[in-house]
Amino acid sequence: MAKSVLAVDDSKTMRDMVSFTLRGAGYTVVEADNGVTALKALQGQKVDVIITDVNMPEMDGITLVRKIRAQPQYAGTPILILTTESDQSKKDEGRGAGATGWIVKPFSPEKLLQIVAKVCP
Amino acid sequence: MTEDQSYDLSRFKATYFEECSELLATAEETIARLQEGTGSDDDLNALFRCVHSIKGGGGAFAFEDLVHFAHVFETSMDALRSGRAQLTPHVADILVRGNDVLGDFVRAAQEGTTLPADHGAEVKASLASIISGERLPVDQAARPAPMAQPAAAAPVQPGFATWTIRLVPAPTLLKTGNDPLLMIRELASLGEMKVAVDRSRLPGLAEMDAQMAYLAWTFTLVTDQGRTAIEDVFEFVAGDSAEVSIEQIGQTVDAEEGDGWGLFAPLPPTPELTPSPATTAPGSTSAAHPAVVASPPRGGETGAGGIHTSSIRVDLDRVDRLVNMVGELVITQAMLGQQASGFSIESHPELVQGLQELSHHTRELQESVMAIRAQPVKALFSRAPRLVRDLSAKLGKQARLVMSGENTEVDKTVIEQLSDPLTHLIRNSLDHGIEMPDERVANGKPAEGTIHLGAEHRSGRVIIEVSDDGKGIDRRRVLNKAIEKGLVERGTPMTDEQIDQLIFAPGFSTAEQVSDVSGRGVGMDVVRKNIQDVGGRVVVQNIPGQGARFILSLPLTLAVMDGMLVAVGNQRYVLPLTNIVESLRPTAQQARALVDVGDVLTLRGDYIRLLRLHKVFGLDNAITEFTKGLVVVVETEGGDRIGLLVDELLGQQQVVIKSLDSNYRPVEGISAATILGDGRVALILDVGALRVMGERVSQAEAAAAAQAAE
Repeated sequence: MAKSVLAVDDSKTMRDMVSFTLRGAGYTVVEADNGVTALKALQGQKVDVIITDVNMPEMDGITLVRKIRAQPQYAGTPILILTTESDQSKKDEGRGAGATGWIVKPFSPEKLLQIVAKVCP
Repeated sequence: MTEDQSYDLSRFKATYFEECSELLATAEETIARLQEGTGSDDDLNALFRCVHSIKGGGGAFAFEDLVHFAHVFETSMDALRSGRAQLTPHVADILVRGNDVLGDFVRAAQEGTTLPADHGAEVKASLASIISGERLPVDQAARPAPMAQPAAAAPVQPGFATWTIRLVPAPTLLKTGNDPLLMIRELASLGEMKVAVDRSRLPGLAEMDAQMAYLAWTFTLVTDQGRTAIEDVFEFVAGDSAEVSIEQIGQTVDAEEGDGWGLFAPLPPTPELTPSPATTAPGSTSAAHPAVVASPPRGGETGAGGIHTSSIRVDLDRVDRLVNMVGELVITQAMLGQQASGFSIESHPELVQGLQELSHHTRELQESVMAIRAQPVKALFSRAPRLVRDLSAKLGKQARLVMSGENTEVDKTVIEQLSDPLTHLIRNSLDHGIEMPDERVANGKPAEGTIHLGAEHRSGRVIIEVSDDGKGIDRRRVLNKAIEKGLVERGTPMTDEQIDQLIFAPGFSTAEQVSDVSGRGVGMDVVRKNIQDVGGRVVVQNIPGQGARFILSLPLTLAVMDGMLVAVGNQRYVLPLTNIVESLRPTAQQARALVDVGDVLTLRGDYIRLLRLHKVFGLDNAITEFTKGLVVVVETEGGDRIGLLVDELLGQQQVVIKSLDSNYRPVEGISAATILGDGRVALILDVGALRVMGERVSQAEAAAAAQAAE
């Protein structure tokens, strides 16, 4: 059974690249462009991993992490936030909100797959 | 079968650059608001995100120069949005220039060119000055790292080493989705490992919370991968989510920090553990040596998930194809309707009703499809505020821009084509229309001039207006210039409106219009041509001393047109409804032949040149007497009128425009073609060209008559 990923980023380029990489490795990918549409997407289906950018309109990534963690079925689901290397405070915030880990932008496709595999068997 | 490890991301570049152009435009609008003082905190955040996204994508493609500049820009935006720096008019100006330079870098990246090393250096320094005064975290000051490589920086220790690793998860570790089992497996993949579990924190079953972590472990790992590889396993948890200690056996190493997430004290190895050398067979407690870190399942299909966004992006080609197909559908439906016209609702009720419904649905479908290509005029107007501000400052004039109807929707192509003409009209207003402040005050006007840019839908067309309260067009100067240029004969009687329209005549450009301010010396004639190319018209309303209004009338869609079907002989032609003034059956008094001029219609005191379409197109079986046929008076874009002789009017209808140029070749006098309900091809007439052809025909006839008379 293929693992499914929810990829959230307001940049279409980012979404395209993340989806392309993950699908090529056999994951099913659901995309959303901000926290609000992401939560809507989760209403319709359950995913195994969530990857989200931090800076997005409508609802930012940290708030999204918090809201996802508040849902019982996602209490233990791996959630990765996309941050830039200078965003130390965001990593802390993400951790505080319940994020599992982070992926530093810019990242290579290999790194993306490696980190997803790290948190999601 | 393994996946190709070299990912080619260049397929995403097109998307990225499209996104960049949208982001840069949004940024420009946002900065304009911030400059005017109508911006909000949301705007600061939105602007931050624009730059952030451009930088993010740029990093993925390794556009180093772009990323380097964007980084400084982004950091200054971060300072502004978090309140660490103040938005002053000076700062807003820096943002404007910053966005411009960012656009330069994006363009260079797109074209594959390299900008000079110091491009934008001044702007970058200005942006940095917004940030300065704060202590920058060390890594912000450095160039952002290129694409992260897995464990690239790890110094590889030669040979094998034995490590004792202790992992004590915080009780809440599981709540962040981290799974010790995954970490243990990853650790085990680094070499040969023995595990000892510590159950000391495990409470009784009654008190146990299934979502809390109680177990702790001590691992003995023999690996040649080095410390960093081990640290990486725990990179997400070392610190507040777990105590991690990594010790090389035989050395006492100071406690290492996890990835900056906190300190912990080294723990002694647990007494149960007996480290054994690497090469001997492991005891029963050692972990098995898995072959490779479990890779994600390689599925055959590319799992398509859902996409949840409020809009989608579609190739323009696909939309055009869709528009074309719907056009064909309309034609086919019209043909069916024609075929079925013989049936009445009594004889074939379902058929007739069905066709009526089909007609209704088709029309709705057509409107919906046309609407897809429609975009708010806002995109066209977005550059105007900046243009007015910059130009008025440059000219030493004071002017403000008022916009209305920005949400009026227009076909995308129209927006693209109108960008230049509109810019020119605004420049023109500022250059020639709005007076210097003291001149305005002397004339009882406010020192600040107003330029109004408006758009609205009116009777099936889009009306765009550029008006100013300047000094208007000086008719005497215009007339003299036209006479000088040989465009008008001195002494020709002309109405005020006709004089005003002279500015659109080819070759009219006055000296000032070739000034640097008004651009490349583009004249009003080019402006009008651009507008006509999208099926539009432009007229000017001039009140000398008070101002001028340029009114552009554009079709809502480019593919469909309202036309009047006419018959000439056994041919069918379509006249654009917007060109038709009136039609009549003239009396012998009204339609006469004048010597040296040709056929002329006298209508309410005006002389209108007459043109026999059957002669122009060489048709037989047509009505040749003006008094026996119909004269349709049409007006060209320039305001000239001619009367066309046709056999009869067949009725008004909407026609789908089919290009003649691409299907056959350009034909003078014909602008396009369409397919009628009965399957016949009808040619759409080009009124402007007909006028020219008409003159030629008249002159030829007059010459022939003069010849014959000799």
